Amino acid sequence: MSKLHFKRRSWYEFRDKLTSFLFILPAVTIFAVFYIYPFFETFNLSLRAWNGINLSRPFVGVQNFSDILSLTASSPAAGASWWQAILHWLKALLTGGLSFNADSVWWQSVWHAFYITLVALIFQNALAFMLAMACDRDIRGKNFYRLIFFIPPVLSEVVVGLVWKWILEGGMQNGQHYGVLNYFLNTVGLQHLVNDWLSDPKTALTCIAVVHSWKGFGWGFVMFLAGLQTIDRELYEAAKVDGAGSWRMFWNMTVPMMLPVIVVVVILTILGSMQAFVLVLSMTDGGPGYHTEVPVTIILRAMTRTKEYGYACAMGVTFGAVLIAMSVALKKMESRMKKV
Amino acid sequence: MNNRCLTSLLLCFAVLFSGCSSAPKEPNTITVWHWMTDRHDALVKLAEQYRLETGITVNFQLFAPSDIYSQKVIAAAQARILPDIFGVLDKKSVFADFIKSGFVANLKPVFDENNGEWEKSLFEKALESSRFSADNSYGVAEGIYAVPLDVTNIQMVYNKKFLEKAGVANPPETFEEFLKASEALNKIGVAPFVSGWAELWLVDCFALNYAFNIMGMDKIMATYRGDVPYTDPDWIKVFEIFKIMADNNILASGVVTKSNKLAEQDFALERAAFAFNGSWCVNVYKGMNPDLEYGVMFPPKISDAYPLMIWGGAGGSFVVNETSPLKDKAILFLKWLTSKEQQVVLSEETRNLPSNRNALAELPKELAEFGLGMDEVTHSAFWPLEEDALVKEKFTKGLQSIMIGERTPQEVAEDVQTVKARQMERAIRRAQ
Repeated sequence: MSKLHFKRRSWYEFRDKLTSFLFILPAVTIFAVFYIYPFFETFNLSLRAWNGINLSRPFVGVQNFSDILSLTASSPAAGASWWQAILHWLKALLTGGLSFNADSVWWQSVWHAFYITLVALIFQNALAFMLAMACDRDIRGKNFYRLIFFIPPVLSEVVVGLVWKWILEGGMQNGQHYGVLNYFLNTVGLQHLVNDWLSDPKTALTCIAVVHSWKGFGWGFVMFLAGLQTIDRELYEAAKVDGAGSWRMFWNMTVPMMLPVIVVVVILTILGSMQAFVLVLSMTDGGPGYHTEVPVTIILRAMTRTKEYGYACAMGVTFGAVLIAMSVALKKMESRMKKV
Repeated sequence: MNNRCLTSLLLCFAVLFSGCSSAPKEPNTITVWHWMTDRHDALVKLAEQYRLETGITVNFQLFAPSDIYSQKVIAAAQARILPDIFGVLDKKSVFADFIKSGFVANLKPVFDENNGEWEKSLFEKALESSRFSADNSYGVAEGIYAVPLDVTNIQMVYNKKFLEKAGVANPPETFEEFLKASEALNKIGVAPFVSGWAELWLVDCFALNYAFNIMGMDKIMATYRGDVPYTDPDWIKVFEIFKIMADNNILASGVVTKSNKLAEQDFALERAAFAFNGSWCVNVYKGMNPDLEYGVMFPPKISDAYPLMIWGGAGGSFVVNETSPLKDKAILFLKWLTSKEQQVVLSEETRNLPSNRNALAELPKELAEFGLGMDEVTHSAFWPLEEDALVKEKFTKGLQSIMIGERTPQEVAEDVQTVKARQMERAIRRAQ
């Protein structure tokens, strides 16, 4: 092969690569500008004390993170550089110079998010799976049900929150309850169950969790239904011929074959529920007291009310780490279950 | 083919990036960003009048609700794309940060012109929140940095029909009378008192009214400095007011998770006899129930030790962008907007108290009653110190806990003091 031919081939290869690169460049640019840069900027801000307006953003090291973890230790020496500050905190960590203060609204809010997630995982996904199984069979009007079940997820979360707030309202006018649920309970003779649902600390968070599940089950329903429809019907027929009952077919065939879909739905439910906040804002605004605060409302408040952007970013980073850890753990669990 | 692809891609990029540049600025168009939904139509109408008079277009852009607006302004400040006129809806320290960052023009030289004619035409308390004295603790140069569009104050309103039905001759002036009136209202099956206390600022306003009444300004400031703890008996008395109200069934159902909008709805639809609300409610109630008969009253005092102060000051204020090429034109427009004729129009259209004292003459009765309270108003922007935001949050959330019977006043006082101590320690740590 001549030298000229080799050079020309290299040029063509380079040009092909360049063209390919240019084709993916818009996507890479958008990803870098809207995902990668904000991620690093958030992490950068989490190491600073900033009120969102000042031009200066003093570096405070891991101070914001230690405040979130409610860890207290002596401060690094005045004028210490960032690496000296990190060394100081590492030393404190290793020598037991840190103490843990359990009184933290942040961790209470994380627990609330876990609670909402738990209710969603059990109630929302079980309901979605059952309804998907029902619609997967040849029942009359199944298309109508599919449409109905998918209405809640497409409604605005604020509207859903306000409608449910009206349903759960606890007040009275002219001796009549004007909250729909209380009016109903009163009418059917269950006066003892009448309650101020959203202002009662015992019921407020559960109400939000139930409404969140009601709003979200449609997504799971659609995904489960799509998964169920990929299972070959002949397998069930063969199992029936072999004498398998409904329960056995469900447990030994449907569940294993639906496992990848279940894991995806579970991960999406966890990520969606842990980050739920619009319903909280429209139904209770985090109250009464701190009883319905979730991490995102705390982060929002740190930004909008107390103007602690650095602290808010540190909370965002911590919360993001928790979510990533949970997703990774679930994926690992899925791999192990597949092996079993 | 490949060359054509490359050319198309490069063209796409050129179009994409050219779209990122800012729009060219119209030389005679002043852009105003605001959040006041109820005043938007009136402002647009006045802007049209201004265009006919001067040939200058004023483009009012509405961004509501107010917290979203605040975020937009902060984001625009970070990106250096603030409009010619905007508002800063935040505490004084944040306002000071905007000024120190060079985003806000000092209007004092303009206010001083013609022997201070413009300044004298406006309510003193309306200018107070945007005034920085020579020795202010915020490190801002002496001046006046905002123009108040209207003024506001927060008092209580009462339903005349319910009080009459309950046999209460006059609106209560003391807290004891308020308790008796509430008892009578409960007997006739009317919820005595409603307020949107899911909104923490509103419950804070109510509590601080009584803090002023019980201990006076100096002790409140001493608390903010850290010299007096929240566990002081006077603060406990403030917390106890909420327990008394909860124990005596005075509060309407769900008051701690009710937004002010819903509380306004409850009062307007005659579901409660008393409400704690600002002068803007006159417009809101008129829209919800034009036949509502109500009066305005001071929150009933609980002590004779100090005067009960109410919250108030500038309702909506506008600042001029220091870096705007239309700075002078923007100032002239604001001067025109706050002159008597325009203030009368605004007041008639929006039922808000005018910031120009000369425009007070033709006000609706309820609004005039709110106007009488303007001499007793106070605002954190007038004070030399501000309480830490997290302490404020714990304070107001604690009040919610008392109202739902979860915590006692003593426990809440201790909780708030713990946060206060932690925040002071944190401030010292950060200052090192």
